[in-house]
Amino acid sequence: MSFASHYSYWVTVLLMTAGLYIVIARGNLAKKLIGLSIFQTSVYLLYIAPGKLIGGTAPIIAEGFKVYSNPLPHVLILTAIVVGVATLALGLALVVRVREAYGSIEEDEIVAADARDRDAG
Amino acid sequence: MSAAQLVAAALLVPAAGAGGIALAGRWPNLRETVTLAAAALLFACVLGLVPAVLAGSTPELFVLEMLPGIALGFRVEPLGMLFALVASGLWIVNSVYSIGYMRGNDEPHQTRYYICFALALAATMGIAFAANLLTLFLFYEMLTLVTWPLVTHHGDDEARAGGRTYLGVLLGTSIVLLLPAIIATWALAGTLEFVPGGLLAGARLSNAALGGLLALYMFGIGKAALMPFHRWLPAAMVAPTPVSALLHAVAVVKAGVFAVVKVIVYVFGVDTLAGLRAADWLPAVAGFTIIAASVVALRADNLKRRLAYSTVSQLSYVVLAAALLTPLSVVGAALHIAAHAVGKITLFFAAGAIYTASHKTEVSQLDGIGRRMPWTMGAFLVGALSLIGVPPCVGFVSKWYVLQGAFAAKLWPAAAVLLGSTLLNAAYFMPIVYVAFFRAPRGEPHGEAPVAIVLALVATAAATVALFFLPGLPLALARSVAGL
Amino acid sequence: MIAEHLPALQVAVPLAAAPLIVLLRHPTLAWWIALGACGFALLAALLTAAQVAGAGTVSYALGSWPPPWGIEYRIDTLGAFVLVLVAGVAALVVPFAWRSVAAEVPREQHYLFYAVYCLCVAGLLGMAATGDAFNLFVFMEIASLAMYVLIAFGRDRRALFAAYQYLILGTIGATFYVIGVGLLYLMTGTLNLADMASRLPLAQSERPVLAALAFITVGMSLKLALFPLHLWLPNAYTFAPSAVTAFLAATATKVAVYVLLRFYFSVFGAPLVSAELPMPQILLALSIAAIVTASLVAVWQPDLKRMFAYSSVAQIGYITLGIGIASRDGLTAAVVHLFNHGITKGALFLLIGGVVLRAGWAGFERIQGLGRSMPLTSLGIVIAGLSLIGIPGTAGFVSKWFLVLGAIENGQWWLAALVVGTSLIAVAYVWRFVEAAYLAAPGPRTPAPGEPPAAMLVPAWLMVAACIYFGLDTSFTVGAARRAAALMLGGAP
Repeated sequence: MSFASHYSYWVTVLLMTAGLYIVIARGNLAKKLIGLSIFQTSVYLLYIAPGKLIGGTAPIIAEGFKVYSNPLPHVLILTAIVVGVATLALGLALVVRVREAYGSIEEDEIVAADARDRDAG
Repeated sequence: MSAAQLVAAALLVPAAGAGGIALAGRWPNLRETVTLAAAALLFACVLGLVPAVLAGSTPELFVLEMLPGIALGFRVEPLGMLFALVASGLWIVNSVYSIGYMRGNDEPHQTRYYICFALALAATMGIAFAANLLTLFLFYEMLTLVTWPLVTHHGDDEARAGGRTYLGVLLGTSIVLLLPAIIATWALAGTLEFVPGGLLAGARLSNAALGGLLALYMFGIGKAALMPFHRWLPAAMVAPTPVSALLHAVAVVKAGVFAVVKVIVYVFGVDTLAGLRAADWLPAVAGFTIIAASVVALRADNLKRRLAYSTVSQLSYVVLAAALLTPLSVVGAALHIAAHAVGKITLFFAAGAIYTASHKTEVSQLDGIGRRMPWTMGAFLVGALSLIGVPPCVGFVSKWYVLQGAFAAKLWPAAAVLLGSTLLNAAYFMPIVYVAFFRAPRGEPHGEAPVAIVLALVATAAATVALFFLPGLPLALARSVAGL
Repeated sequence: MIAEHLPALQVAVPLAAAPLIVLLRHPTLAWWIALGACGFALLAALLTAAQVAGAGTVSYALGSWPPPWGIEYRIDTLGAFVLVLVAGVAALVVPFAWRSVAAEVPREQHYLFYAVYCLCVAGLLGMAATGDAFNLFVFMEIASLAMYVLIAFGRDRRALFAAYQYLILGTIGATFYVIGVGLLYLMTGTLNLADMASRLPLAQSERPVLAALAFITVGMSLKLALFPLHLWLPNAYTFAPSAVTAFLAATATKVAVYVLLRFYFSVFGAPLVSAELPMPQILLALSIAAIVTASLVAVWQPDLKRMFAYSSVAQIGYITLGIGIASRDGLTAAVVHLFNHGITKGALFLLIGGVVLRAGWAGFERIQGLGRSMPLTSLGIVIAGLSLIGIPGTAGFVSKWFLVLGAIENGQWWLAALVVGTSLIAVAYVWRFVEAAYLAAPGPRTPAPGEPPAAMLVPAWLMVAACIYFGLDTSFTVGAARRAAALMLGGAP
C-alpha cells in the first residue's frame, strides 16, 4: 500500500480535516460555510475515485470491452452535490439575514450581542 | 348489583363526586351536599361487598391489560375490605367535620379542597381493592399527587416548603425504592398478583435477596413512615386540620401500612419470611421508630406536631406487628389499622376544634380548655385512651393481639417496646388532658367549636368505644387475613 | 390501485403539496393543502401499519425497478410505528399552526411556512419508509434543510443564528452519514439495506465496516442530539416558532434514532455491533451523561421552552440507554420511549405554544399564577410533566418500566437505580412549573385570564389524552415495540 496507489484517499482525508478545521476554527459565518463545502467535497472524492476501476472503460456497452467503470457513484455524487449546493445556498441566505439582524457576521460579535440582550432582560 | 359492579361503583362514585363538586362549586350548600351524598353512597357500596367477603369469596373486576401480562384489576379480600370500610366510613365523618372547619375558619379554595378530597378517596379505594402490585402502585402514586394540593392548601411559603418535603420524600421513596422492587418481583416471579401465602413463595430466593427485596419494599412504602423516611408526616402539618385528619388517620398513612401488611402477607408470605429469617431486621427498625418517634412527641409543644410523631410511632406498631410474622400479630396489625384510624382522627378533630374556637396551637396554651370545650376535650380523652391502649377503647383490643403475637413469637424485645411505648403514649397524652381539665383557663373566653365539628368529634369518639364492645366485623376481617 | 402504491404516495403527497402551495401563494389555501396532505399521510400510515401487522414487511419497488438495483421502500414493524408517529404529530400540528403561526410569522410568509412544513414531513416520512441507504440521505437532507428554514421563521433574531448553527452541525452529521454509507458501498457494492445486510458478513476486510459503523454513529448522533453533540438543540427549540418546536421535538430526533436502530440491527446486525466494538457500553456511558447533565441543567433554565428542550436531551438519553442495554426489554424500552416521548413532548410544546400566544414569551416571570389564568393549559402541562417523570398511568411510565426491567434482567442494578434516581430530577423541574403556576399569585406580566383558542387547545389536549391513553392501554405501543425488538435482535428483516 503505497502513497501513490491510495493517493486519492489521502487527498480526501486532507480535504476532510481542512474543511472541518475551518468550520471549527473560523468565527466568520461565511468562512464556516466555505469550510463546510470543502468538507463535503472530500466526500465526493471518496465516492468517485474508487469508481474508476483499473483498466475500466467508460460505462457504455461496447464490443470487446469487459471491464467498465462504475457509473453509480457519479449518480450518487450528482445528488450529493445538489444537496450541498442547496445547503450552501440556504446557509448563505441565513448569513444575509443574520447580517441584517445583527449588523455583523462574526460569531463572537453575535454571541456578545445576545449576551447583552439577555442581561438587559 | 353484582359484586363486580359494586367494586366499580366504589371507584367511580368518589370520582364522579369530584366532578359533581366541580360543577356545583358556585353554590356551597349544594357542593357540600354532593360531598356528603358521595360519601354516603360510597360507604353503602363498600358495605354491600362485606357479606361476600365474609363468606370467603373475593369479588373481582378486570379493567384492562396495562402491560403485557399485567392487568389493571381489582380483587376484594379481607384486609382490603377492612381498609375500605375504615376509609369510606371516616370520609362521611371527615366531610361533616370539614364543613364545620372550612366555614368556621373561612378558608379559601374550598371547592378545590373538596374535589381533591373526593379524588383522594377514589385513589384510596383503588389501593384497597388492588388485585396486583401494579394497580396498587398506580393508585398509590395517584394518592400522593392528589393530596399535594391539599397539603399546600394555604399557598404560602410555609405550605410550599411543606409540600416540597411531602412530595420529595413520598415520590422519592416510591420511585427510587418501591418501583424497582416491583419490577424486580416481576422479573423474579413472572407475576404481580396478590396470592394468599405470598406470590414469591415458590420463587426460591436466597436469604440475602429476599431480605434486600423486603428492605426495598418497606422503605419504598414511604407512606408507612418508617424512619428515616418519616419526615413528610410532620412536614404535612402545614395543611388545614381536616387534611391532617385525612392524611394521618384515614387515607395516606393507612394506605402505607396497608401496603406494608399486604406486601408481607400476599407478596412474600408470612411462612416464607419466617422460615428464611430474612425479615429479622424489620422488627428492630420498626421498634426503633416506635420509641424514637414517641420521644420526639414528648418534647413537641405544637399539638399537631405531637400528634404527627404519635402517628409515626403508631404506624410502626402495625409494621412491627406484621414483622412478628405470627397469625395473632397479623390480626393485631390489621385491627390496629382500624383502631388507630378511629382514635387518631378523633385527636386531630379535637386539635382542629381547638384551633377553630380559640386559635390556640401549642400544648402550653391549653390550660383549662376542657372547661370551655368539654365535648372536644372529652372526645380527646377517649381518643388518647384508645391510643394508649386502655379499655374500654378499641385500641386496647389491637394492642392485646399484637402483644399476644409477640409472646407467641417469643420476641421479648418487641413486647418490651410495646409496653414501653404504652408508657410513653401516656406520658405525652395524659398531661394534655390534665392541664385541660384541672388548670384554670387562660386567655379570652370562647365557646365550643361549631356544631358540625362537635358532631364529628363525638361520632368518632363513640365509635372508638363502640368498637371495643362490638368488634365483630373488623375482628372477623382481621382474623380472615391471618388465616384464622 | 391506491392501496398498492400507498408506501410511495405516503411520501409523494406531502412532497407534491409543497410546490403546489408555493405556486398558489395563498395563505389560507396553503393551510388547507397542508392539512389535506398531512391528513392523507396519517391515513396512509395507519393503513400501512395495519398491513404490516397483518401481512409482515411491506416492500415496494419505486418505479417498478426491482431491488437491489432499484430503490426499494421497505416498511416493517419499526418503520410503520415511526410513520404513524410522524404522520400523527404532523396532522395534529397543522390545526394548531392555524392560529399559532398567524401570531408568530408575518402573513405574507405563511404560504412559504406551510410549503416548507410539507417538505419536512415528506422528508421525515421518506426516511422511515425507504430501504435504500442513499435515498435515506436524500430524504434526511430534505427534512433537515426544511427544518433549518422552519426554525429561522422564529420571531426572535436569535432564531436565525440557531438555525445557522443547526445547519452547520446537521450538515456535518449528514456528511458523516454519507461517508459511512460510502464505505459500506465500497465493501458490499450495494445501497439496498437488506442486500447490504446479507453481503456484509462476506466483506473481505473488517476495518472499513467498523469505520463505517463509527461514522454513521457519529453522524446520526449529531442528528439525534446525543450528548455531547446536542449543542444545537436548546437554541433551536427555544427560538423556533411554537408549532415548529412541537413538531420537531416530537419527530426529528426520533426519526434519527430510527435510522440508528435500522443500521445497527438490520444492517450491521447485533453481533457485530455488540461484540466487535463496545457500542453498547459507549452508548450507555453517553446516555447516562446525557440524562444526568441535561436533567440537572434543565432545572435552572429561565423559561419553559429552554427547560423542556434540555429535558428532551435527557429523554433522548433514555432512548439511547435502551439501545445500550441491547437486550429484548432494553430495545423494547427504546422503541416505546421513542413514541411515548414524542407524544409527551409534542403535547408539552403545543401547550407552551398556547402560553406563548397569550403571554408573548414563556419565561418563568410570566407564568406566575398561570393555574388561575389558563387552567386547562396548566393542567395539560402538569399531566405531560407527569409523563416525563414516569408516573404510572402515563405513557412515560411504560418506558421507564421496560428500561428498569432491562437493567435488572442484565443484573445492572446500579443502572436501574440511575434510571429511577434521575426521574427525581425530572420531578424537580416539572415541580418548578407546578409551584410557579399554582402556588404563586399572578404577577404583572402574567396574561389575563383566558385560554388559547380552541384550534390550539384541542390538538394539544388530544396529545395529552394520548399520553394518558397510551399509559393505560399499551397494546399498540408495547406490542409494536416488542415485535420490532424481536425482529431487530433476530436478524435482518
